[in-house]
Amino acid sequence: MNKKGYFGEFGGRFVPETLMPALDELEKAYEKYKEDKEFKEEFNYYLQYYVGRPTPLYYAEKLTQYLGGAKIYLKREDLNHTGAHKINNTLGQVLLAKRIGKKRIIAETGAGQHGVATATIAALMGLECDIFMGSEDVRRQTLNVFRMELLGAKVIQVESGTKTLKDATNEALRNWVSTVSNTHYVIGSVVGPHPYPTIVRDFQSVIGEETKKQIIKFEGRLPDYLIACVGGGSNSMGMFYPFKDLQEVQMIGVEAAGRGIESGKHAAVLTAGTKGVLHGALSYLLQDGDGQILPAHSVSAGLDYPGVGPEHSYFKETKRVQYQSITDQEALEGFQLLSLREGIIPALESAHAIAYASKFAPILAKEKVIVICLSGRGDKDVMEVLHLLKGEVK
Amino acid sequence: MNRIENVFNKLQRENRKALIPYVCCGYPSLEFTEKLVLKLADCGADLIELGVPYSDPVADGPTIQRAAVKALEEGVTLEQIFSMASRLREKTEIPLIVMTYFNTVYVKGIEQFIKMAATSGIDGLIIPDLPLEEADELKTTADKYGVDLILLIAPTSTVERIKKIGEASRGFLYCISVTGVTGARINVLTNLGEFLNNVRQETRLPLAVGFGISNPETARLAACEADGIIVGSALIEKIEESMAQEKSTDKAIEAASHFTSSLRAAITVN
Repeated sequence: MNKKGYFGEFGGRFVPETLMPALDELEKAYEKYKEDKEFKEEFNYYLQYYVGRPTPLYYAEKLTQYLGGAKIYLKREDLNHTGAHKINNTLGQVLLAKRIGKKRIIAETGAGQHGVATATIAALMGLECDIFMGSEDVRRQTLNVFRMELLGAKVIQVESGTKTLKDATNEALRNWVSTVSNTHYVIGSVVGPHPYPTIVRDFQSVIGEETKKQIIKFEGRLPDYLIACVGGGSNSMGMFYPFKDLQEVQMIGVEAAGRGIESGKHAAVLTAGTKGVLHGALSYLLQDGDGQILPAHSVSAGLDYPGVGPEHSYFKETKRVQYQSITDQEALEGFQLLSLREGIIPALESAHAIAYASKFAPILAKEKVIVICLSGRGDKDVMEVLHLLKGEVK
Repeated sequence: MNRIENVFNKLQRENRKALIPYVCCGYPSLEFTEKLVLKLADCGADLIELGVPYSDPVADGPTIQRAAVKALEEGVTLEQIFSMASRLREKTEIPLIVMTYFNTVYVKGIEQFIKMAATSGIDGLIIPDLPLEEADELKTTADKYGVDLILLIAPTSTVERIKKIGEASRGFLYCISVTGVTGARINVLTNLGEFLNNVRQETRLPLAVGFGISNPETARLAACEADGIIVGSALIEKIEESMAQEKSTDKAIEAASHFTSSLRAAITVN
């Protein structure tokens, strides 16, 4: 077997032949530009002056005191332009697409964060942009739909399947098959066919690279634990990857246990899934015995995905990263905890990492150091949480 | 004895083109599919593509997606499809080709899947999301059990890829007529002739054209250039229309047969 684009046994390129030349072209372009001085300068320029990097590493003193265990730091990806880590990747990919000569950008989105981040950079770069979004998500996230439209993007409602992120991704892939000559598909996570998992990981690695420098400034040493939520897995991969060879740093990926693993209504792919192929890559996923993909569930739309990036599957197999899960209820508690103790409203996705840390930090010694990737801000989730706390059924 | 090769050899001797209907197994029921295949074999089909319904068919347009959703709601499983193939094989010698997404094969286990296919009388396999680079293990296994792994070529395929795919494919080459997903379209690729000529430079395999052939006229035009034509979505639409209007599976099979006969007639004229 040709092992190009594999992480151990995971990854690969399981896509229609029509897309193969485009993936080859993207891979070649990426190999060329990732070392290109001008490209790197432009990427870093926009990261600094447009996105607002470096994002702070913040010592969450109040939360630390409240939990009474390890010291907790927050990597503030919520302070990026558009409010989440997603823009690190969309910026990189759109700059790449421009160099390849593509005039049109497409992307899938669940809650709308990646869609907004893509539409933002497309507006900045003056490119046509279509965003595929499940009609169920369009209904739940009307504000983000309007945001994308304000930014000049066209939001295309997807009515197939479960009408959520998985199906939006299917439709974006189908559209790409039909428009590949002039269009670049900006995949929003470390998923998809090679070279996407690598490209997205590399653009997101700025999170971990900055964290490494920042924590050494604070503590004079590396952290003991990194904690990040995992849906497709881009914020966690961006945080973890620069630390992967530093064995003294332990890493914990937190998946969405939804209403509990045993309920079957969850998105804990690495905890409870099996190996298979979805959206172009071999990885863990939620499926039945015939390989039909099962719907995922999470209170957080960004984690509500039945697949996960292939490199995470590899980190699970090699035990480099430990994967845990947090229920909807626990995530809601984490959401409120950080709001109350630190005055920071986290995204429901990031609230999973907060919730796990709130269970884990108290059992650690006070001199231990944890860094949590606060992948996004929670403004987008406030209405949803209001309904949930009032006990209203969505 | 390979049924696919035999059929194409025979057609070539008779100067005829292959008509390859695609059926979605289990739409609207597996019983229907079984009857339909036998009927199509009687009214001009030369090979049959048995589509395995899948939850996430990224190479398929809305028509096949709809049919797959209905078939899965009916509860159709891979085992049932292979059992149906075995029953069909007792009644007909028409080549049966399974079209399935790769996850179905992977989850079953490559060797196990191919073994099941071979013992069910399946002659070939088409996997729209398995490009050449990922096909090694499956190809070796399929060769071992005498099942043809039929590979696809797209209008975007480079000459280098066409050459390699042509060397690796068995039975025939599935040439995708448009840069897009499956589904009936008004126009077939305008430069289909040029595309197929480029492919013929690199391979001696028969070329079957699929994606977007919607009526006798497009079938005729495509058959002028190719060795065979594949019709899926348009056929399913005939079944859908008939089911919606007449609410009778017998009438729907009749409508599908009538349409298939009209395609046969159209590609036999030239």
